[in-house]
Amino acid sequence: MSTGSGNRNTNTEPWGSFDDNLIQGGGSAVIDMENMDDTSGSSFEDMGDMHQRMKEEEEVAAEAAATEDDAGEDGEFLGMKGLKGQLGRQVADEVWQAGKRQASRAFNLYANIDILRPYFDVEPVQVRSRLIESLIPVRMVNFPQKIAGELYGPLMLVFTLVAILLHGMKTSGTVIREGTLMGTAIGTCFGYWLGVSSFIYFLAYLVNAQITMLQTLSLLGYGLFGHCVVLLITYNIHFHFLFYVLWLLLGGLSTLRMVAALLSRTVGRTPRLLLCGTVSVLHMLFLLYLHFAYHKIVEGLLDSLEGPNLAPIQRVARDVPEMTLNATVRSLGTLPVVR
Amino acid sequence: MSDTELTDRQLTGLSDISIAEDIPVEGDIAVPVGSLRRDDGFSTLDEPVKETILRDLRAVGNKFVHVLYPKRSSALLRDWDLWGPLLLCVTLALLLQGGAADSDEQGGPQFAEVFVIIWFGSIIITLNSKLLGGTISFFQSLCVLGYCILPLTVAMVVCRIVLVGGSGTVSFAVRLAVVTASFGWSTFASTAFLVDSQPPNRKALVVYPVFLFYFVIGWIILTFSPSQ
Repeated sequence: MSTGSGNRNTNTEPWGSFDDNLIQGGGSAVIDMENMDDTSGSSFEDMGDMHQRMKEEEEVAAEAAATEDDAGEDGEFLGMKGLKGQLGRQVADEVWQAGKRQASRAFNLYANIDILRPYFDVEPVQVRSRLIESLIPVRMVNFPQKIAGELYGPLMLVFTLVAILLHGMKTSGTVIREGTLMGTAIGTCFGYWLGVSSFIYFLAYLVNAQITMLQTLSLLGYGLFGHCVVLLITYNIHFHFLFYVLWLLLGGLSTLRMVAALLSRTVGRTPRLLLCGTVSVLHMLFLLYLHFAYHKIVEGLLDSLEGPNLAPIQRVARDVPEMTLNATVRSLGTLPVVR
Repeated sequence: MSDTELTDRQLTGLSDISIAEDIPVEGDIAVPVGSLRRDDGFSTLDEPVKETILRDLRAVGNKFVHVLYPKRSSALLRDWDLWGPLLLCVTLALLLQGGAADSDEQGGPQFAEVFVIIWFGSIIITLNSKLLGGTISFFQSLCVLGYCILPLTVAMVVCRIVLVGGSGTVSFAVRLAVVTASFGWSTFASTAFLVDSQPPNRKALVVYPVFLFYFVIGWIILTFSPSQ
């Protein structure tokens, strides 16, 4: 009931906030006047406003009362009604504002989804053919090659890579620290995808290559398909020789495909060398990194975590008799190493 | 009022063409009266708390049955709730946590991580299906994905029981079979509910992240081993 009146007033009057302040001051005066039936002590403008408001509220109350069947009593407590109305109006105003904010946020979210939707406009057949094409370099560098601007495939490939990395970490003996591994895997994959894409885009901007950010993301994302295949195989079959063959073959093919696409969109010898050299080095080294250094680093991390975990406690205990301050400083100094 | 003005304007507009102005406007105008706001004699305010809880629990249980026997019904979609997913998620996380909690090392999947994987995973799948043009609402999809963890939770319970017996090759084989079966079941049930709301040519694209999601959860369950 009061919500309706609040909404109504804020909607119809653009000077709502100023009026609300006025009414706040005169809130108790309404009751007094109703009781004493005296109009002195208040300006007529205010009174007119009051009466208009009260009439409006009466109308609203009457509307509400039509459903509640006790319309007769409402007229007698007009003063209380006014106070309640103001309270209700304030509360309703706040609620309405909060609701509006939330609704606009939700609307923004949905608007953003609508903005992103064209990038996810693909068919399964297209995705499959793009996955296969990502391993087939095209020897056409005179004419700009077509690069699909699409994000579904890259996003799914990055998530697949995260899952494969998790699997690799678990089977490589690092069974504990699951959560840290999960975060690291997600951070590595998304960091590589977004970071290197931005870097390539920046380089491409510097050397005046014709490529958009979206195309960069798509190109690099589909380039991760080779990585996924190689890592999935080599995490399960542990032959270093097999890994090197696959690294050169699949990783090389996907890198060549990206290099060819970039070559066709760049003009000049030095820009081509710069851009394609950076891309191929980063892409090939990332695969090496994922296969070798990754779980070694994690294992090393675990060692360093498990080693000094006990050491500071012992050291503090030993140093306490000598000098307390020194020990605390030293233990404080070792803390960042532990973290 | 504005309606009559509109009609008048339309009529005057028409009168310019061929019709005379004095044609009477006739018809019935049915206005829905505010009786829609009122629940017809059904009030949950004065019933015992026990009944309320039991009714909600029964609704959750009904949906469990729907997941275990996924026939194409819209009950899971129509009145969604997040109680069942919360229950399943907490149960799964506690079961996965259990082995590592009493030991000193902070190994094993932590409660919070399982929780985060499940919820963020379902949110990502939902956003993906929205982006692919699905007509399902956000929470409906969350509800379906959450309820379809049920087979995997059951598999987790079975795995815990099997692991009590011992951890050899036989126990691993049993666990592998159970987890694979429940993973297939989860994927099948969730796609049975979700696929209908997707454009027919893109079902594979929607199913893939669902498959990946349940695969990761199933794999976490399979590799779980309680630390002594």
